[in-house]
Amino acid sequence: MRAFELESVEAIDQAVSHRRVHDGEAFIAGGTTLLDLVKLDVMQPEKVVDVTRLPLKRIETLEDGRLKIGALVSNTELAKHEIVLRDYPVLSEALLSGASTGLRNMASTGGNVMQRTRCPYFRDPDMPCNKREPGTGCSALDGINRNHAVLGTSEHCIATHPSDMCVGMVAAGATLVLEGPDGQREVAFEDYHLLPGDHPEREHDLKPGELITHVILDTPRGGGQHYLKLRDRASYEFALASCAAIVSLDGDNVSEVRVALGGVATKPWRATAAEEALKGQPATQENFERAADAAFTDAVAYSHNGYKITLGKQAIARALRDATARARA
Amino acid sequence: MTTDTGKTREYNLSAEKPRIDGTLKLTGGADYAADRNLPNQTYGYPVTSTITSGKLVSLELDEALAMPGVLDIFHHDNFDQLSRSPNSFADENLTSEPRLPFEDNEIHYQGQYIALVVADTLNHARAAAMKVKANYERSDEFLTDIKALDRGEGELPGEEQPGDASSIGDADSAFESASVKLDHRYSIAQENHSVMEMHASVAQWENDMLTIYESSQGVVFQRNALSKIFGIPPEKVTVISHFIGSGFGSKLFMWPHAIMTAVAARRLGRPVKTVLSRTQEYLATGYRPTSLQRVRLGADDSGKLLSIHHDGCNESSPAGKHDDTVSGATPKMYDCGGNAAVTNRLVTVNKCPPCPMRAPGEASGNFALETAMDELAVKLEMDPLALRKKNFAAADPTSDLPWSSNHLKECWDDAASRFGWDKRNPTPGAMQDGDEIIGYGMATQSWEAMRQHCSARFGFRADGSLLVACGTQDIGTGTYTIVAQTASELTGIPIEMVDVRLGDSQLPSGPLSGGSMATSTVLPAVSAAFDEALSQLKSLATAEGGVFENADPDTIEIQSGKLVQGDRSVEITQLLADNQLGLIDGEASAQPGDEQNQYSFRSFGAVFVEVRWDPGISRLRVARVVSTIDIGRAINPMTARNQVEGGIVMGIGMGMFEQAEFDQNGYPYNNNLADYILPVNADMPKVEVDLLDYPDYRHNAFGARGVGEIGLTGVAAAISNAVYNATGKRIRDMPISIEKLLSA
Repeated sequence: MRAFELESVEAIDQAVSHRRVHDGEAFIAGGTTLLDLVKLDVMQPEKVVDVTRLPLKRIETLEDGRLKIGALVSNTELAKHEIVLRDYPVLSEALLSGASTGLRNMASTGGNVMQRTRCPYFRDPDMPCNKREPGTGCSALDGINRNHAVLGTSEHCIATHPSDMCVGMVAAGATLVLEGPDGQREVAFEDYHLLPGDHPEREHDLKPGELITHVILDTPRGGGQHYLKLRDRASYEFALASCAAIVSLDGDNVSEVRVALGGVATKPWRATAAEEALKGQPATQENFERAADAAFTDAVAYSHNGYKITLGKQAIARALRDATARARA
Repeated sequence: MTTDTGKTREYNLSAEKPRIDGTLKLTGGADYAADRNLPNQTYGYPVTSTITSGKLVSLELDEALAMPGVLDIFHHDNFDQLSRSPNSFADENLTSEPRLPFEDNEIHYQGQYIALVVADTLNHARAAAMKVKANYERSDEFLTDIKALDRGEGELPGEEQPGDASSIGDADSAFESASVKLDHRYSIAQENHSVMEMHASVAQWENDMLTIYESSQGVVFQRNALSKIFGIPPEKVTVISHFIGSGFGSKLFMWPHAIMTAVAARRLGRPVKTVLSRTQEYLATGYRPTSLQRVRLGADDSGKLLSIHHDGCNESSPAGKHDDTVSGATPKMYDCGGNAAVTNRLVTVNKCPPCPMRAPGEASGNFALETAMDELAVKLEMDPLALRKKNFAAADPTSDLPWSSNHLKECWDDAASRFGWDKRNPTPGAMQDGDEIIGYGMATQSWEAMRQHCSARFGFRADGSLLVACGTQDIGTGTYTIVAQTASELTGIPIEMVDVRLGDSQLPSGPLSGGSMATSTVLPAVSAAFDEALSQLKSLATAEGGVFENADPDTIEIQSGKLVQGDRSVEITQLLADNQLGLIDGEASAQPGDEQNQYSFRSFGAVFVEVRWDPGISRLRVARVVSTIDIGRAINPMTARNQVEGGIVMGIGMGMFEQAEFDQNGYPYNNNLADYILPVNADMPKVEVDLLDYPDYRHNAFGARGVGEIGLTGVAAAISNAVYNATGKRIRDMPISIEKLLSA
């Protein structure tokens, strides 16, 4: 592990002004991604700015009913928060399905949004990877891609976004608050992460010097909610396919529905085609499966990950079924 | 020194005891190899090949040498001239990779050591190692996937190993004329040992004497090998391994990291500590080789086996040959009408040498055989347990020797009854519970019972404590504890007063901690050494002026730390004090004898598995495991059951998750604990293990046959058989991954 300079900041403007000065700087909160990647020599910051003393640890309900979450709220705290448990259970379930207790205690809300892919070729500096070193090629395209994406891929990158939390947030609906040298701005959560396209090295809409300060969840959608994560083993593994579903019913018909996917896409994936296919329709298994099919219409399978199309559809159908059962309860 | 060849008496020793080293382990007091810190110590970090095959053309070291704290970098051009170990198992100097580190510029596998950076801290050494640039000449000729060679029918690929081929009767003719035939191929993916404690060496030279702290399952083997490699007498090499955080076979025979650490320490004149990373462990310290297998069974319509053919093929390496002999035990498993034929082949792949991994050979071979037996039962529309019972081998089919003790029938019945096998519906998919389909499967378990030569020392100390020493190891299985139990039982002195010393090559020569033979090998030596020490005590007591002057030594007994003769007794501490002695100790050895020619020694068991399959989300989980095992006498049923439970966990890994993957370029794709999927706590089903208690005094005076491996055997087959019962899908390639279930 290479040496880097570590500086602690006390105020947000101090934090963002720092990053304006130098490239090669990184913020650190829980460090569960950054330190991992520094040890692997995948990230090589010269300076690390410790933001853990910033006043971003609160969860508060705004006047309009939305929930404002400080970027330093830990994954554990967020998952166990009474308002999240009551109004955003899909997010709580998503958080608790990820990593381990120890990691969730360290990991922050903002850091989770900034999680980087688990593609093994990305995580090995000796291997070609367009995301890590643009122009070197994508090792996963012809290599082992069992864990890789079938949605949102490009000929330059097929790495999945690893987060569970982000999938829950896409389903719940959220806005990111970013603080930068030029002031504050807000970005819709769904628009924040970028598709790899021709530039897989560009992963998100964060400008130089900017810091995520808050995530604001939309006003609660009610309905029945469920996060289903499918993987090889029962715990401590990234999703092979996951689905966050929120279903509201009007009698036997689905009046509102949100579907988001993890493990199958290059970013936290809102499955709008599935939502459109189901909205207004009777809440039946047949319609859940039809919605699931719609979500994967544009899926592209590679040599080892074709099963994810089936598995992803199964995740949707089952999550919708169970969310619907909760809506009826 | 006296030698006891075994069965002069029968000890009745069995007790549930928590590990005596438990507190040390929980409080950090157990000194594992990497915990050792010596004055003026430095840190080694290996640089490894990033190509699969070819030549190392040059190393660019300037940038790395200029990094902070770097002391030196060792590699082919500046390494010491050493000799290879003769690599003899019989002479106890076998290594895992005979090729010496940096021996030449050939690259045989990814992860092969090409340099060792030594610096003042681990971080400095690692940072500099990342700055070493290697220039290679890549070879396009390499192989990491033996399945690519398999034609899917007929002979398996690879070079047949003549020493592995054996046969009884005429299996070919019996198979040809059998009315029911089965011919299938099976495979098991490469599994990594994934030891909890990383491989580590801390080497120090004092004058011309080498001391090396190593996480080792065989300190005597490593001592002997280092002696040969460095050309110094074995007395000048000490290998210490007081505690081992599991080895599973990967720490039986020394790996090159120990050699390069010792060279670096000698060259720098300072101690060097090298702790491998998980990736280095996965690439350079062995694995259970991928195996391809073909099993052919011939039977009559009633289910009586008429023939068994079992052909195996496993990976070996250009850097060191390893033969897993996956088919070796098959002819002993069932009465097959006296007709069995087995072969094994090797395919050289560009990986480090494979090595034994818990139940080597048999865990793989037993999977194929026990899955084939289930397939035969399906074909015959017969209960899989009934099929096995029908073919019970009353004697060892390969030698016609009687079993020393065999209670397999009781294992089958006990486990079946506790599991509720009679509730099984043989129709696939017939048992449902909500979203889940339930499947039941079973398999026979087995492992050979071995015993080796062993020496030990047994001492009575003036403070009333006992010293028991043996140059074997406790790899976490509980060897310290059973030795202490034995000493306590033999003397009547409380177990808390027993000081057990293991894991030091200077102690009386003890066995490898492997093959499930430590218990049967070590305890007879301990009791022989006890006899020797006791006879010295008796000599003191009966000597002129002694408390039992002129008494017949045979009339003296030891009870609760006292020597007793008739109604007279003396505390042993008093005896030592009277003679102004601090210690009375005896050294003795024990070894197997003629019984090896009279009986066949083998443990058997039965394992039953319930799986739950949720087809709506392609989720497979093991819900329940019940196993009954006959290992003769369990000296400590608590730690013995724990061994079986651990084996079952490993079997779940083999059956459902574990596979080291290499891509089309030979790149080791999942070379870390995040991507190599092991079972975790949440995957653990309810596991119920029962040990029968039939002491096998034909094997040794303690009646124990050992327990480390058998629990793993059969588990993958029982899972695969249960999956068939749940899904109707027969998965013959382990592990049973989601995509295999979806595509079957």
